[in-house]
Amino acid sequence: MIEALTFEFMRNALVAGLLASVICGIMGTLVVVNRIVFLSGGIAHAAYGGIGLAFFFNWPYLPVTIGFSLFAAMVMAAISHAVKHRADTIIGVIWALGMAFGIILLDLTPGYNVDLMSYLFGSILTVPRSDLLTMAVVGVSMTILLAWYYQDLLAMSYDEEFARIRGVPVKKLYFGLIGMLAVTIVMVIQVVGLIMVIALLTIPPFIVEKYAKSLVQMMVASSVLGAVFTVTGLWISYQYNLTSGASIIMVSGIVFLVSLLVDKMRVAVRK
Amino acid sequence: MRTCCERREASLSTGTNVIGAGTPLKISYGRELREKDGTFVTILEIKNLDFAYNGETVLEDVNLTVRQKDFMAIIGPNGGGKTTLLKLMLGLLTPLKGTVHVDGKPPQEASHCIGYVPQNVHVNHSFPITAMDVVLMGKLEPQKRMSQRSAAIRRDALAALERMEMEAYAEKKIGMLSGGQRQRVFIARALVAQPKLLLLDEPTASIDTKGQADFYRFLEELNQDITVLVVSHDLLVVSRYIKSVACVNKKLHYHDQAEITGDMLETMYACTVEEVCPVELVAHGLPHRVLANHEKKIP
Repeated sequence: MIEALTFEFMRNALVAGLLASVICGIMGTLVVVNRIVFLSGGIAHAAYGGIGLAFFFNWPYLPVTIGFSLFAAMVMAAISHAVKHRADTIIGVIWALGMAFGIILLDLTPGYNVDLMSYLFGSILTVPRSDLLTMAVVGVSMTILLAWYYQDLLAMSYDEEFARIRGVPVKKLYFGLIGMLAVTIVMVIQVVGLIMVIALLTIPPFIVEKYAKSLVQMMVASSVLGAVFTVTGLWISYQYNLTSGASIIMVSGIVFLVSLLVDKMRVAVRK
Repeated sequence: MRTCCERREASLSTGTNVIGAGTPLKISYGRELREKDGTFVTILEIKNLDFAYNGETVLEDVNLTVRQKDFMAIIGPNGGGKTTLLKLMLGLLTPLKGTVHVDGKPPQEASHCIGYVPQNVHVNHSFPITAMDVVLMGKLEPQKRMSQRSAAIRRDALAALERMEMEAYAEKKIGMLSGGQRQRVFIARALVAQPKLLLLDEPTASIDTKGQADFYRFLEELNQDITVLVVSHDLLVVSRYIKSVACVNKKLHYHDQAEITGDMLETMYACTVEEVCPVELVAHGLPHRVLANHEKKIP
């Protein structure tokens, strides 16, 4: 691994992976405790519509994709807030529509075509330095916002009704959370790909949730765990010449299964 | 920080929601509800309230006045509108018609005077939160973001846990506690803001009969200085500590009786104009009277 770090692209990949782990560890904690994993998946897939839009009209990539994702996310959030029991269906529809919209626009774009695979699994080995900086800025601003609204977010996530009684602006906070989620997802997708975003958003927080005593603990531990997965996955992909994103996800998945087994055994021992 | 108690004195002195001794009252109260000067203080007032979900009337022309230090049970069949009424009192729902006032203010503004103990909180038992943090939530004031975590607030929270004999579990994860222990934590969360009015939604649902008796004794203790309002679909709740009963089934019928009498059972039937009160409700109520008499014989 040390020799691998002599290559700049490996160093960048490592930093990108670590930044993605921290961002996903923090946002993933909120996603898991608020049970909006499916909504996150919807945002991530619908973002492809934004990519199509940007290429078709030859508009700047990042603002268009973020704008489109924010729009899709707000529609999904509004509908799932208004008709809770139909939320999953509506999200599923927007999920598929956004993706199809993006693909058709790319079909219609003359000449150049984006590789769908690089969108799905990212291209962590070709991350430019400028993207690292953007990710760092997003990460820091997200952390500041979160520290400011921590108590409110905790109350909303744990007991929405009580939070409302105590005067927490639950609706605004919920839409704010979804908005922040859309922005971070688009940022991270660009670097590590859609599949890895979903994996990093869900797997580390889920493993950690049982042991954590507070949201902060869960966020920190998820970030660390995500970083361990990323470094291990990158090392395996370097050693055995495998796709880096998929290797990271395989490592996460194996640890996830082991943690489930350990839980089962702990329950059995207690009985 | 001004506590609710100070505010209560303020409202007494201004006399805005004090009914003088000379005012004729339809409802006759026991001596325990009177202030020293023989007056009543209104803590909760609902006037001509209508509420509907998607055009279907749930509550119709509800009028209710709760005086300070009352211990009221709100009973009625499932689907009769008890929980809706509770949510209207909490300001979670807005009435279609009519008004709700808590301590002379709309419920949203009186939020710190109301302690609320919900029936079920978060089925996800892995949620990363300790008993202490749940109680601290009761102190949450989004307007005062900077002063949230002061040592004084933590002391108050610990005191509330001590009052519920749960201080040993302060740093335990809430999901690790039993149902009864968890409920004590939620009561501590409601008490930490020093409310004037305590609302409990089906509080005995997860407690066994012995526990229920202890629980009501505890509520009676709280009732020394807090108005307590218990919502239940079970008539068992009408223990001898309760000072008045309101029956909700679309309309609200108020009884200032502490016991279940034949008269009251009749009213229970009368309150279900369109629907019949479930038989279960009556069957639950009568054995309780037997139980209450029986207990008196034991020295």
